[in-house]
Amino acid sequence: MSKSSMPKSVTSKTAQSVASDLNPPNIDLACENICKQFAGFTAVDNVSFTIPQGSFFSILGPSGCGKTTLLRMLAGFEHPSSGDIVIKGQSMLGVQPNKRPVNMVFQHLALFPTMNIEQNIGYGLRRLGVAKPEIVQRVAAVLARVGLAGSGNKEVGQLSGGQRQRIALARCLVLNPTLLLLDEPLGALDLKLREHMKIELKQLQKEFGTTFVYITHDQSEALVMSDQIAVMNQGKFEQVGTPHQLYYQPRTAFVAGFVGDSNRWQGVVDSSSDQYLSIKTSDGLSIKGAPQNAAILSSGEAVELFVRPEAINVSREPQAAVSDNQFKCIVDTILFDGAKSQIIAIEEQSGGKITVILPQTADFYDLKKSDDLYLQWTAGQALCFSVDNLAIESADETHSVSEG
Amino acid sequence: MNKKTILSASIMLAGALVASSTFAAEELRLLTWGGYAPKEVIEQFEKETGIKVKVTKSNNEEMISKLKATRGAGFDLAQPSQDRVASAQQDFNIYKPIDLSKIDSSQFISSMLDATRGQSTVDGKVYAVPHVWGSSGLIVNRSIAADVKDYTDLCDSKYAGKVTYRLKRPTLIGFAFAMGEDPFAAYSDPAKYKQIMEKVGMKLTDCKANVKAYWSGGDAMLSLMRSGETVAAMAWDAGGWKLNSDNSDITFVAPKSGALGWIDTFVLPRKTKNEAAAYQWINFVMRPEIAAKITESAGNFTASKGSDKFVDAKKKAQYQESFSASDIDNIKWYPPVPTGLEKIEGKILDRVKAS
Amino acid sequence: MSAVTVAKKIRLGLWLLLAPLFLWLVLLIILPHFELLAFSLIDPEDQGFTFEFYLEFFQEPLYWRTFLRTAVMSILATILTLVIAFPVAFYIAKMLRGRSKGIVFAMCLIPFWVSELVRTFGWMILLRESGVISNFLQWSGLASGPVELLYTDATIMLGLVYTSMLFMVVPLVSTLDSLDDSYIEAGYDLGGSNWDVMREIIIPHAVPGIVSGCIIVFMLSLGNYLTPVLLGGKDSLWFTEQIYTQFITRFNWEQGSAFGLLLLLLSSLIVWAGLKATGQSFTKTMG
Repeated sequence: MSKSSMPKSVTSKTAQSVASDLNPPNIDLACENICKQFAGFTAVDNVSFTIPQGSFFSILGPSGCGKTTLLRMLAGFEHPSSGDIVIKGQSMLGVQPNKRPVNMVFQHLALFPTMNIEQNIGYGLRRLGVAKPEIVQRVAAVLARVGLAGSGNKEVGQLSGGQRQRIALARCLVLNPTLLLLDEPLGALDLKLREHMKIELKQLQKEFGTTFVYITHDQSEALVMSDQIAVMNQGKFEQVGTPHQLYYQPRTAFVAGFVGDSNRWQGVVDSSSDQYLSIKTSDGLSIKGAPQNAAILSSGEAVELFVRPEAINVSREPQAAVSDNQFKCIVDTILFDGAKSQIIAIEEQSGGKITVILPQTADFYDLKKSDDLYLQWTAGQALCFSVDNLAIESADETHSVSEG
Repeated sequence: MNKKTILSASIMLAGALVASSTFAAEELRLLTWGGYAPKEVIEQFEKETGIKVKVTKSNNEEMISKLKATRGAGFDLAQPSQDRVASAQQDFNIYKPIDLSKIDSSQFISSMLDATRGQSTVDGKVYAVPHVWGSSGLIVNRSIAADVKDYTDLCDSKYAGKVTYRLKRPTLIGFAFAMGEDPFAAYSDPAKYKQIMEKVGMKLTDCKANVKAYWSGGDAMLSLMRSGETVAAMAWDAGGWKLNSDNSDITFVAPKSGALGWIDTFVLPRKTKNEAAAYQWINFVMRPEIAAKITESAGNFTASKGSDKFVDAKKKAQYQESFSASDIDNIKWYPPVPTGLEKIEGKILDRVKAS
Repeated sequence: MSAVTVAKKIRLGLWLLLAPLFLWLVLLIILPHFELLAFSLIDPEDQGFTFEFYLEFFQEPLYWRTFLRTAVMSILATILTLVIAFPVAFYIAKMLRGRSKGIVFAMCLIPFWVSELVRTFGWMILLRESGVISNFLQWSGLASGPVELLYTDATIMLGLVYTSMLFMVVPLVSTLDSLDDSYIEAGYDLGGSNWDVMREIIIPHAVPGIVSGCIIVFMLSLGNYLTPVLLGGKDSLWFTEQIYTQFITRFNWEQGSAFGLLLLLLSSLIVWAGLKATGQSFTKTMG
């Protein structure tokens, strides 16, 4: 690449992003029916999706769900057994990692310890044959953009965790990749820094306008940063949608259980009406809920039922204008965590535990163990999934709060 | 039990251990050449005397170096060549005079005993008695190189890459004789000796292209000759006879200018710990029938009187084939090496090697 | 008061811990070298102080040329060993997994289960004129007569490289093992070719292993005695052989000691120069 061609590509990039605001979004990445088989098992099972330009796309799933394999196929370190990966209209099959318009931020960042910061960031530019003065200039520019101007001469070991994170980003972003892949880069950071970096990453993504593909098992990271999230399980995408959609309209029991916290019951359909289903849970409760799958649930069918703790209304007296469900409970434990404090209550009739958010009102200021409590929720907040959908879920997790 | 008793008990125990190790196993530590102390002979000696024999195989230079390093300790009996006794004693004082009264001189060929006594006398004290004698000369594959009759014939371009010899002093001496010089006569005249050696060095440098490899261990030489990789070598007579037993084409040839005769002796290291056993060993191995066994194993004859008749007929035949009466007369016996000559030779040998 | 006794106890414990190291250093390393130093500096004739044995080394071209030749050959052997061992080590460390890794590593080790002498004789049996390779060449019609492969500098080199292989492979495998695959992948991901990744990422990472391997192999080659003497034949000039000759055949301990110390000094100098030239430091590599 010649020295003069560089600013041009920058302008073309901005021109494109302006265009994308006016026209239907350009597709940066399209995956078509990707499968990846390893000896004896299928890591990625027929996955298709598209990512529009400039978006922050997360793939969320438990470890071993195939998300890392998928990401490594995008980077070119693994090859799909079948299907196609198309970046900006070009098939990537047979294209080596070093020839793809894709860069990756590794889980442990993989900043080269034998090089200083400037050399690390300049590595990719040197590979493109960019002239030395221009490398210096572009490295300085990208360092300034990630807020680390002037640290080019530092060694990797001299930087803090957050700074390294930014250098790893800068090392990729300086190459203006079409796609930036991020492999759980926040995993190694401590909680406080992770919270901070979530916001910073999102901001950097907006500033640079680069398409991010971010994989994580941490639902909070995915929810906070993403424009679109794909929830992945057992090699398949369970649901692709905005964080809002995933949280409020999970389409499968797995998504309902994995994204956000939920109280969970197993049971069978007792009766159904136009408004709601009546569910008899395995521990003997009768709960009214709303079916989530398109399939019509008939009596006797096994279902799983999810109610988010924050969707449950709490009162110390029984409510006369009763909503669809009301249960009398006794306070078992109060998990105090400021605004996020929770009550674990024991339902009197079944002896099962239900987790709810502790309301921060005067009424509950003196709440203590063994106090009586009344919980109410509407049928619409109790999401029912037919058990067919969760044959893969383990049954022993019944009636517990899944931690996502 | 208090500490004192434990302590004294353990001291006594340790003392007993030390004592038992000193007295129980009487031992003769023998520093010798390969083949000079065959297993059969050792076993018989141990049976007769109850003395254990520990053999260390070596060569002249290493024997002297070892004794020099320990100032004459570590061994009870050693076997350097006759020409290396007097000079080593003068330079390094590593030997102890031999008490000839403890030697059964009737078992020795008296002329050899006298010769060795004469050559190993320093300040009026005798330091060595003879044991095995032999010669260096040529080993020739007669089917191919029958015309190799003297050391210098090894440099014949006909046999380029097909000959082998050692890069050691016997080679220098042998070549000097073959070139018409008398290096032994020049032993007392370092300047003359140096001049001869320089001449020999030049010859050996020219001859280097002819040499396949300078052999160092006897086995290496034997395998070179046996495999046919070389057709002529300067080496010991015993080696030639050994090869002759396998392949009658190959044998030892006494060179025209004379084989180089050597006698390996018995000497007492200065700090010998078991002198009595050393004398016992000498008198034991000089018995004719024992000496014949050593001849069998080493390939060379001994200074034991009357051992000939116990020696295998084939060995005698090989000997007679190699040595005519005049060849025996022509053997050049090594006189004692005066101090300083080795340095002259060393430089020459280094140069030949580096050329 | 008790604090003082505790401190004393700790100091005593420290000394006891250090004692074996200290004894080892003094008895096995320092003392023998002092002995050598004394030998090399004292004239045996008049017991006076002399530099003549050191001067001899520089004045007699034979000696310093032998040293030079030994050093150059050793450097060459080191470079060759590195060039051959690096791919082997890379293959073991990065390409193989589990069992096969252990097996290949053990294969590198097998030659060291027999003594150097046996190994060298093994080569001699293979390479000599009446040996296996020569016979095979004649049998296959590639050569019309016996082929002598022994007794050349190339044979010495072969023997040295073979003998040194393991000592290069082991440190290289351990440094390359410590290189996380993600660095290599990042190298490709950011646009690097195979060569770029090798030069910019793998080799810089492996430098400590390369340096320690090279030092070991160089020292081993320089100090090797059997291999050059047995495989080199009549032209095998090797400095250790000189030292051996001085000590054993010449009884010239003074000269031998001087040569021994010169070997130590000059080889240390070469190692130091090598480290300087490549911008490495000894403590960095070993620490």
